[in-house]
Parts: sequence; structure tokens; C-alpha cells
Amino acid sequence: MVKLIEKTPCAGLLPRSIGLMTLAEDAYPAMTSIAPYQGQSRQVSAALKSTFGVGFPSPNRSLLSDRVRITWIGQGAAMICGEAPPTLTGAAVTDQSDAWAVVRLTGKGAEDVLARLVPVDLRRPQFRSNHTARTLLGHMHVSITRIDAKTFEIMAMRSMAQTLVHELSQAMENVAARG
Amino acid sequence: MRLPNTPEATVNFTFDGVPMQAVPGETLASALLANGVKHVARSFKYHRPRGIMTAGSEEPNALVTIGRGANIDPNVRATVQEVYEGLDAYSQNAWPSLRFDMMAVNDLISPFLGAGFYYKTFMWPKAFWEKLYEPVIRRAAGLGGLSAKHNETLYEKAFGFCDVLVIGGGPAGLMAALTAGQAGADVILAHEDSALGGQLLSEREMIEGAPARDWIAATVAALEAMPNVRIMTRTTVTGAYDQGTFAALERVGHHLPRRDDLPLECFWRIVAKRAILCAGALERPIAFPNNDRPGIILASGVRAYVNRWGVAPGQAVAVFGNNDDAHRTAVDLLAAGVRVAAVIDSRHGAQAQGDYQLIAGGQVTATKGRHGLTGVTVSTETEDIQISCDCLAISGGWNPSLHLTCHMNGRPRWDETLAAFVPTPDAVPGLVTAGACNGTFDTSGCLTEAAEMAATIAKDLGFVVKKKPIIPAADTSPYQIVPLWLVEGRGRKWLDFQNDVHVKDVALAAQENFVSVEHMKRYTTQGMAPDQGKSSNVSALAVLADVTGRSIPETGTTTYRPPFVPVAIAAMGAGAQGSGFAPERFTTSHAASLGRNAPMIEAGLWYRPSYFPQSGETTWQQSCDREVEYVRNVVGVCDVSTLGKIDVQGPDAAVFLDFVYTNTFSTLKLGRTRYGLMLREDGHVMDDGTTARLGDDHYVMTTTTAAAGQVMRHLEYVRQVLRPGLDVQVASVTEQWAQFAVAGPRSRELLSGVTSADISNEAWPFMGCGAVDVLGIPGRLFRISFSGELAYEIAVPARYGDSLFRLLTAQAEAMGGGAYGMEALNVLRIEKGFITHAEIDGRVTAFDLGMDAMVSRKKDCIGQTMAGRPGLHGPERRQMVGVCAITGDVKLSAGAHLFEQAAESVRVNSQGHVTSVCYSPTLDGEIGLAFLQNGRARIGETLRFVDHLRGIDTLCEVCAPVMFDPKGERVRG
Repeated sequence: MVKLIEKTPCAGLLPRSIGLMTLAEDAYPAMTSIAPYQGQSRQVSAALKSTFGVGFPSPNRSLLSDRVRITWIGQGAAMICGEAPPTLTGAAVTDQSDAWAVVRLTGKGAEDVLARLVPVDLRRPQFRSNHTARTLLGHMHVSITRIDAKTFEIMAMRSMAQTLVHELSQAMENVAARG
Repeated sequence: MRLPNTPEATVNFTFDGVPMQAVPGETLASALLANGVKHVARSFKYHRPRGIMTAGSEEPNALVTIGRGANIDPNVRATVQEVYEGLDAYSQNAWPSLRFDMMAVNDLISPFLGAGFYYKTFMWPKAFWEKLYEPVIRRAAGLGGLSAKHNETLYEKAFGFCDVLVIGGGPAGLMAALTAGQAGADVILAHEDSALGGQLLSEREMIEGAPARDWIAATVAALEAMPNVRIMTRTTVTGAYDQGTFAALERVGHHLPRRDDLPLECFWRIVAKRAILCAGALERPIAFPNNDRPGIILASGVRAYVNRWGVAPGQAVAVFGNNDDAHRTAVDLLAAGVRVAAVIDSRHGAQAQGDYQLIAGGQVTATKGRHGLTGVTVSTETEDIQISCDCLAISGGWNPSLHLTCHMNGRPRWDETLAAFVPTPDAVPGLVTAGACNGTFDTSGCLTEAAEMAATIAKDLGFVVKKKPIIPAADTSPYQIVPLWLVEGRGRKWLDFQNDVHVKDVALAAQENFVSVEHMKRYTTQGMAPDQGKSSNVSALAVLADVTGRSIPETGTTTYRPPFVPVAIAAMGAGAQGSGFAPERFTTSHAASLGRNAPMIEAGLWYRPSYFPQSGETTWQQSCDREVEYVRNVVGVCDVSTLGKIDVQGPDAAVFLDFVYTNTFSTLKLGRTRYGLMLREDGHVMDDGTTARLGDDHYVMTTTTAAAGQVMRHLEYVRQVLRPGLDVQVASVTEQWAQFAVAGPRSRELLSGVTSADISNEAWPFMGCGAVDVLGIPGRLFRISFSGELAYEIAVPARYGDSLFRLLTAQAEAMGGGAYGMEALNVLRIEKGFITHAEIDGRVTAFDLGMDAMVSRKKDCIGQTMAGRPGLHGPERRQMVGVCAITGDVKLSAGAHLFEQAAESVRVNSQGHVTSVCYSPTLDGEIGLAFLQNGRARIGETLRFVDHLRGIDTLCEVCAPVMFDPKGERVRG
């Protein structure tokens, strides 16, 4: 039987190392957006917590457990990255596993790279590990989460993967050129 | 000429092709003076020889061009440009050469070229303005030119954030940054020069009993050691904007040999909780006759060249001033071993401060030397004295650099004692001023004021200032000035050196009743162009005040606007060159489509294939016709993933959809799809599309490609603002699914090969939908049609999109069909009278489209009431109809207008307009969709079809919009 072949959003584009930085695709096996219905937030959060060990994140925060990362992605909505959630009754649950290009930018200078593209303050005192922001990268809507001191996770629309890689690579080159 | 004991000149550069040497780090202006070059430019209008007038960013004269070809950089200030190995600088606005400039003829006829001359002179004949006068004037006047080629130089943009932005790194700025930094605040210190220290670098002042340089070095070292302080040299803050946002231009690669990988400039947006402006002050010239000759330099500039760069700007230097800086300059020159020809102080009681000839109460009334100063005439009340000199240092006093405080419409305040404008407090929220830009001119005062300001701000921001900042002992000389704006005498007394505006021009403006300072500026062009009148504004308005008999505060200043220095558009638009202009969105089938040589067409940000050419086809029309025939006769495959897909879920999802759509979706059965029409609140059509019901509380809406973002925003607005009581959530799933239309009589046969689901007509009727397996992958199938044929849209998670598209097209080809692109899709839908945003252009109602019946009266929906307004329905409306060409040899065109056959084809007679056209291979004729006044009642009429832009004038017949299979039998087959 004929089989369909999978292709990740950044296939053929990444990884790239420029200067002291690396940009690599970090595709999650599953991504699911959840948006609790009215009055259901606590119950949904509790259900998540009992399954994954972490609940529904507060705005601009991302929660990490050994199985999933749950990242706030907008008003009353979060993305469960890693595993598909159990059946949740009190929330709109939507499979987004294929909708996002997810990349990780890591290395000394990563903050400087993002400072060339992102109009919000991502410096460490303001934006610590597991802080997240829905913002712009160039002209693109993205979700940015700090993973650790020198690593950021960036999610952009799948169709814009090429532009995402181009913008980040150019900024990496600019930062590297300054030495 | 270099002074003894200066570093060796090891850097090779050229000016106008002549090889020269420079000391590393110095400016081009300094290097030119060191090499004895005084004449470096021609003036804007009269092409007068000009030299270097300042040693800073305010330079009006010494503009040069750097580089050649596409990456040429014109109007670079020689006083800012640092030399580097291989620098290729040359003069501009001169032909054939700087020394023999033909256009200098303008100077001879200057009496005819005064302010406003072209307003009065070139009035007639009217047509000559554009064709003759303007090109001639533009050729004769101007600064540097661009290459008119695509500039490939790399620029960048960046964002910065801090608690305290210190603007300027002179003594005040250093002290402010130190104080705020020590308190723990996050500080950005932005400084225009390559080295910190400001005016102190140009003076022989002492701080704490040691040369000021030592204090600068120690302070810079302390700042560099603080992790919370970011020092940005070569960075000019160019504008103050709302909410603590500042623009800044960083010169990244200007001072280095060109490298392809290094941006030339970086345009910063810095957001600061507070800002301290420590921008210093700018010395101003005095308007005396022929005060523009090369060799006439501001006194502060002379001190900078002598003290900072070790360059003597002349061998015999005269100094002319109205304040003590004239004497300071003379003392410094003597200390450096340069001969001082004389010091001319306009103040009668002035005392010499060194061993030089002082002419107190004197004024320079004439100068000589065409390409460089050779002497000046000094007049006192009793005599005229001739003085030989090759350099004249002038000081008319200081203007605080308060420009940024005016960027949000603040106005400065006149200070009589200083004879200068000073900033008005709180003119920019969150910004304070300290030091010379605040009118505090002595170093000690600058340091004290800056430390106090910074400490106050740090406390305001919640930082603990542990100890009072220690203010080092520094110069406390008072600033003593007697204003001197204008010296009478024969010859032009230049005010604005960059725009060639002199005192008489200002007087002429006043005479012509342009007495407002803003009008005077426009009439004379004073204060325009790259330097924005940095050295001329105050002098010009002082002259205007004098000729209009008003005081200076009554006269006021013109408006200082951003940017403070010229900013390349390329820097502001960095990253947007070429395809960087906008993100590019690619479907999962993009590579496969390119592999089939499909030309791409932009649809919003998306790139979609126009058609898939095959060998032997020479025009797009041939490919398009073939692809249409695939769909009408066999099967075609088209990527429709770009259509917006929105997941609507929740207990109130049905109620929500009933509210946003004109028709009813609560009655839609599970596993069924319905076409829906959406109105704006004003009753006009916003978008259309199909919505499928996948569960009791779960729908998937599709939108047009063009309006996907708009509809998503609209749904969020309705959900959050109009109907917050509804329990519903929306999420975009456009990117999650790769979706392909499979259309044509044999589409079912093709799909049977990829899914095991029963898709027979009975099991999966028209408008049926649901989950299916696609070669073992969970997918979705919708039986919907945008072609009028038996058709489906099949969706799989996007990771499989590329693979499924290749498979479907290969299968279709094996069956005698194939992929089809946007051109064929367009033809298919026009034949069927299906609308796109060419039709629903924002002015169209459901009534116009013939879809009034879709606006349900059983329920309320957005736009329903407003759609009922008078004028939005009835015979006066332009209603959608079809049009077909009567003669076979004429191509129809979208954008044409329809007229009665006998009517003249002018605007007022237009009966309608044409929105979409195509050649229909199915009907073998040119057809189109149009909006025609009372159109539905006029089917069968013959009208005139006129497109003035494309020269088309033919006849067409009005027909029903659905021209193919009007009963819709094929789609249900």
C-alpha cells in the first residue's frame, strides 16, 4: 500500500549554526490548543495537573513537566506541547500538531538576535526561563518562550517557516558579524 | 598641518582621488585639515567654495560622498565620518571639479536668485515648469546624489529596553550614567561620537587636578565594569516618541572598510522608563560679510582639531567672538604652538587672557580668499584693520541642544542671560535635561546637575541611592556673553550655510510679509535639509526678530522634529529589501508545484500556482484551457489550503454562528456542510464560505484566502465584545490541514483509491462531510465544489500535504487529468457565477449578489438591520449579472464599464462595472461577471463594454451569472 510521507515544517531549512548560535527545528510529536469554556478553567487545570503534573498556565507563562510543556498562547488559551491530552470535557480542544513551525535558538547572543526582530523586552531579568510572549518576529505573529539562559523556543505559522528561518538567520549573521 | 607629537598617520585614504594619510580613529575632516585641504565642498545653491566649519555632527558645509556604484552614500558629514584604510571620499555638487565648478555661475547672478526667486520667476508658461525649469533648477542646486540602482548594503533594526536612557556621553552624560548605574538601574548610554567625553575631549580642562581625559577614562572604565550599563557609542538618538520610546541610529560599519556581512547602520527603537538628555550645546556662528569662506571655523571646532586631533587648522589663526570662548581658543592655540593673528572680541571691555593681540570692541566686516581664507578686515569705531590669516575661529555663543525636548510639540524658553533658548521642563514626559543642553555651561555645573538628576530618577524608579554621588572638582568659569547676531557690511552675511540662506533673504521674507518664523523658514528654506538648521536656526530668527521689530521670544522658533540627524530610509526599513518586505507563506505543495514549473501568484501573503505548463504550451491560456477541461471532463487537483479554516467549538457554537452568518447553522445536521454569507455591521458583505458541522458543539468554518485574517479577528471581536455571554471558542486551524480540491466527473473514482471510506453518492452526498482515513492517516473529506462539478475537498494533517498532493496529481494524470492552478480555478468559478473578493469588494450587499434570501428573517445577525437601510436594495442598486462578448475576436477586461449603446462612454453614463472576466473554453467565448444597475431585470440586453485604460470598446450581452449548468446537476452526480 502507498504510504504518505511526513515532512516537518523546517525540513531542508535547519539546523544552522552561525557564530556561537544554533537554530534548530524542535518539532513536538503533538501540539494541542486548549481553551476552557466559561467557568471551567479550574476543572480543566486540575485535569491537566492530574495527567501531566502541571496545570493551565497564567498569562505569559509556560509550565514544564517531564511529559509536556504547556504554554500560554493568548486570552484563555494554551498549547500543550509534547503529548496529546486526555479527553477534556470543559474546554475547546484542537489538534495543532501540524500548524506550527517550532524552532529553538540557542547560544551566546540569542538575546541579541531576538532584539533585532522582536519588539518586546526579552532580556533575562524581565523574561526568565518559562516566561512566554505572544508577539511579533519581524512581521510574523509568533509565540516565544525562554527555555533557559541562552535558549528560546519560537513558534510561528507553519507556512511561514522559510521566512522565520530567513529572518532569524539574517539576524544571527548580523550579530555574529559584530564579533 | 599636524602638530608635533601626534600619532603617526598610517591610514591610507583618498579625497577626490588624491591619496592621503590619516591617523587611525580621526575624522575625515580632521584628516583633510591635516593634509592641508580646506576647500572640500560647493554650496547648495550658489556653488560657493566651502570648507569645514565644525568638528561635530552639526556640520553644514563639509558634506561628501563615500563609495561608488549602487552602494554610494551621499551627504556624509566629513566631521562624523571616521577614516579607514581605503576610504574613498569625494566632493559633491560640483562639475567638472571642486575647484572649477561651472555651476558657480549661479553665484555671479545671485542677486536674481534670492529667496523665493522661483516662486516669482518661473510662473509662465505653465507647461515649462515641469519640463524645463524644474529639471534645470534641480540640476543646478542640490547636494549629493543617489545611484538610482538597487542598494544592496546591509542595514539592520533593533529594539532596546532600559530603566534610564542617557542621551549623550559628555561630562553630564557620563556622570548621569554613573550615578544611575551605581544605583542599580538598567542604563543605556547612547553617544553620537566614537569616543565618550563630549566637549571635554576638545578642551584642556582639569578635573580633580588632573587632565579631564583621566577622569573620562576612569569613568568609562567604571561604567564598562557595570553589567547593568550598556554603552552605545556612534549612536545618535534621533527622536523622542510616545511612552518613552526613542529612535536611535547606530553607525555600525561606517567607520570600517566595507564588509558585506556587517550592517552599515542599525536603527534602534529604545523604550526607556526615564531619559536624561545630556546632548550638550552647539556653538553658533556670527553673520558677518562673507563669513562662509573655507578656513572660517567655529572656535569649538578649532579647539577640537588642535586639542583632540593634534591638527592645526591654519598657520595663522584669528579668533572672533562675543564671549570668553574666543580667548580660551586663543590660549589653546598658543599652547599648541600655533600663531594667533589676533583676537577680535565684540565686547568693549574684554581683557586678553594670554599673549596675543586683542581688538576689543571690534568686528570682522570683510573676508578675502575665494578658495580659502587669506585675510579679514576688522572694524572698530575708529579704524579698519587688515589682518592676514588663513583660519578664522568664530564664536557667537552657544545654543543648548534641546531638539529632542521639542519632538512632542514642546517649545523652548528664551533665557536672556544666556542669549539662548533653554528646554521647557516636562516637554517630553519622563525626560529631564542636564548639563549644557539645559543651559548649564560650566563643567562643574554639568557634573552636579547630571548627578542630581540621575539620583532623583533612580529614586523615583525605586532604586536605593546608597550614597550621595561624589562630584569631582572641575571648571567653574562663568559664561559671559553679549549677543552679537549680525555685523553690517558689504557682502552676503550667511546664516544657513547648508541652504545658502543669508541675512537679506530673511529680510526679504519679512518684507514679503512672511513674518511668522515658520513662514520665513519655508520662504527662504532656512533650516531645511540634512542639518535641519542646527547652526542657523537661532541666528536666523534673531535676524527676523530684528527686522520685524519683535523680541526673540515673541518671534519664537520653528518646530524641531525628528530625526535629529539624517537617517537612511534603508535603516528604518532594514530587512525589508526585496522579498523581505513581507512574510512569504508557502503551501505544503509549494515545492511540488515549483517542480512542475508552475509560475506563482501572490494571494495575500500566500504563493499559489497560476497554472502548470506542459511541454508544447507557449501561453498561459493554453495551460489554463487544458486544466479547465481536466475538471469539466476528467479530474483536477488543486491546493486549497490557503482558505481560512476556523475551529468553532463550545456549547453556544451554533448560536454564535447564527449570529455571525446571515443564514442558519444551528439547523445544520451533523456531517453536513452549508454555504454561509457573513455581513459587516454596516450591512455589506464581509466574506463567504462553507461551514461544516463535525460535532454537536463543533464546527469548522472556511473563509476566503483573502479575508481569513479579517474573519478570525471579526469572530474574536464578536466573541469577546459583542456576545461575551456566549460560551464559544475559536481557533485557527488553517495551518493544521493541507486541503486539496479534487474536482471533476472522475473525482470520486480517484478518491476511492486513497480512502477506504464509502464515498458513494448515497453514503456521501453533496455537502456531506466527515472524518475519513487517507491511506491510513486520519483526514477529513468535504463534498463541496467551487467548480460546479462533482468535487471534494480532502484534508490531511499538513505534514502529509506534500506527499498527498504528489500522489493525487500523479493519480489524476494517470486518469487523463492533472493539477490545476489559480487561472483555471478562476475560469471554473466564473462559468458558475461563484463570487470571490473581486465581487465582494466591500461595497456589495447580499441583495446585489442575488442572495437576499440568504439573510434569514427568523433570527438576528450582524448586519441584518443595516442591510435593510434605504438605498441598499432595489432597482437603483448595481446587481450581479453575467456578461458575454458578442464578437469573438475581442477580449473582455475586468475594470471595464457598461454603457447604453447610444450613450457617450463617460463617467456619469456608467451603468455598471465588470469585476471578473475570462475566456471560457467550456462555452467557447469571453465571459465575465459584472454589477449592473437593475441588472437582474436587464438579462438579454446588449450594452456597450468600454475599458478606457486598455482601449477596449465593444458590445456584450447581459446574461444570468450562472452560465454553465444552471440547474446544478453535475455537482450532485
